[in-house]
Amino acid sequence: MKPALANLEVFAATLLELARQDSDLLVVTSDSRGSAKLAPFAKAAPGQIVEVGIAEQNLVGIAAGLSAAGKNVFAVSPACFLTARSLEQIKNDVCYSDRPVSVIGISAGVSYGALGTTHHSLHDFAVLRAIHNITIVAPADNFETREAVKAAAALETPVYLRFGKKTMPHLPRVVPGFEFGKACLVRPGKDISFIACGETVGPALAAAELLAGDGIECRVISMHTIKPLDEKAVLEAARETRGVITVEEHSVHGGLGEACASLLLQSGVQARFKIVGFPDVHTVNGSQPEIFQHNGIDGPGLAATAKKLFSQ
Amino acid sequence: MLTEPELLRKSVQYRKDLLQLIKTAKAGHTGGDLSCLDILNVLYNRVLRVSPETFKSPDRDYYIQSKGHCAEALFVVLADRGFFPKSDLQTLNQFGSHYIGHPTRDVNGVEQNTGALGHGLAVAVGIALAGKIDRRDYRVFVLLGDGELAEGSNWEAAMTAAHYRLDNLVAIVDRNGLQITGSTEDVCQLAPLDEKFAAFGFEVRRCDGNDVGDLVQTLGEVPFRPGKPSLILAKTKKGKGVSFMENVAKWHHKVPSDEEYSQAMAELEAAATALK
Repeated sequence: MKPALANLEVFAATLLELARQDSDLLVVTSDSRGSAKLAPFAKAAPGQIVEVGIAEQNLVGIAAGLSAAGKNVFAVSPACFLTARSLEQIKNDVCYSDRPVSVIGISAGVSYGALGTTHHSLHDFAVLRAIHNITIVAPADNFETREAVKAAAALETPVYLRFGKKTMPHLPRVVPGFEFGKACLVRPGKDISFIACGETVGPALAAAELLAGDGIECRVISMHTIKPLDEKAVLEAARETRGVITVEEHSVHGGLGEACASLLLQSGVQARFKIVGFPDVHTVNGSQPEIFQHNGIDGPGLAATAKKLFSQ
Repeated sequence: MLTEPELLRKSVQYRKDLLQLIKTAKAGHTGGDLSCLDILNVLYNRVLRVSPETFKSPDRDYYIQSKGHCAEALFVVLADRGFFPKSDLQTLNQFGSHYIGHPTRDVNGVEQNTGALGHGLAVAVGIALAGKIDRRDYRVFVLLGDGELAEGSNWEAAMTAAHYRLDNLVAIVDRNGLQITGSTEDVCQLAPLDEKFAAFGFEVRRCDGNDVGDLVQTLGEVPFRPGKPSLILAKTKKGKGVSFMENVAKWHHKVPSDEEYSQAMAELEAAATALK
């Protein structure tokens, strides 16, 4: 697969394009413009970036106020702080108050690697899923990132976009187009389904390629929107293949996997099913690829999980 | 725009409306409602450039009630100003009603959902900042409880307000000195609030927050200094206007008994008569 750019770079470039077309678009940062790749934005559109300092609660409260006065606001901060320290502002000032702010969690999951648990966000899907009135999106590659940023700017309700730092491969698209709440089919297959999101779609696709060598054809779905979930895509995967494996850079509790499990169980659909994510233990130290490998979120690890499920 | 004698009579009428509302709903933050009612009276009847007709105008003045638990006081004033029929308030706290124990935008005239403390100032800063960016001349008024100033988010927002030189922002502290546990100074010392806000970059004025004349004068002078956000430290009495409720912490959210209600209304009737 051809390497492309980090999703964050595409996010920042897309935002600048949008800002040039919409003078009401504002970016709010908490000393985070560098990590968010927004330094070029700040240089090109200095009147459309608001700095609040290292103060995430303030960031979201002010974003809600700017939105109340008619601004199209992107509130940008590391996902670990944004969805923990300022969770109450997201819940009350944005979601409950119907302010269509785009909440942008950067360097999400374990992107910060060896900086440790303080900088990891393995809880954000879980906490936000339980809050009404917010769309939750983890784009997988540059295409999904660009489309998600454009869709977020146009959305009239709150949205959370989650981006990692890694350079992402261009993923193949079986069906063109992008829409919140509608999964992207990355690879067709009839044996096992991988339902992944964000930076775990790449490893799922790598596993599918390994398994193809063993005659196992895997379906790979980029479930970029965790909420609202594309229920049809999940149900079809369970009905049309022999097992479903969900993959996420998130705790196994409360994320994509449990959303799919809940849907299947409540729909009366029985399927062989496995949630791959981060177990409920202190996160091991290391780089993002090392932590992924440790937790079986790489091509060989996911292929082994699939074989085990396939042989059940 | 009401004259000062009219404002005085209005304050008494609001207190009667408020107690009736709380008695009917069997719930409310009686003490704090009474402490901030004169501030709301002067804001809505003398200061704010907003009406039911202009509520959606991009040039209106904004009012954010950060101390959201005193929603009943706000509802009484909004109803009187014609934002919704007074009869709507009969549904306060009832199943399915928009009129609940905290302000929500489902109620006409309410700008922002509040209730969790320490949120209003940052939202007000955002609105004020948008006004500066768009070169609009609206002002943003935000009412803060003193107890809620223990929330650190207020101080984050205060720094930003000064940094962006938001002289279109007016923060008013309802300084009644009591919170649910007791004296604010015993719970976690707030004083000296004037020096603290001044150090954070606000231009600070003190006033008597239960004296409509003082409020009219003080609010009439905002911004106190060009390029700086304004802060009014409004000294108030929790439970103001009813003798046995004044400065008594237990009235934070106590509902009067039938006897207490009769006595309170008798006191307010006497106050109204004295103003005729």
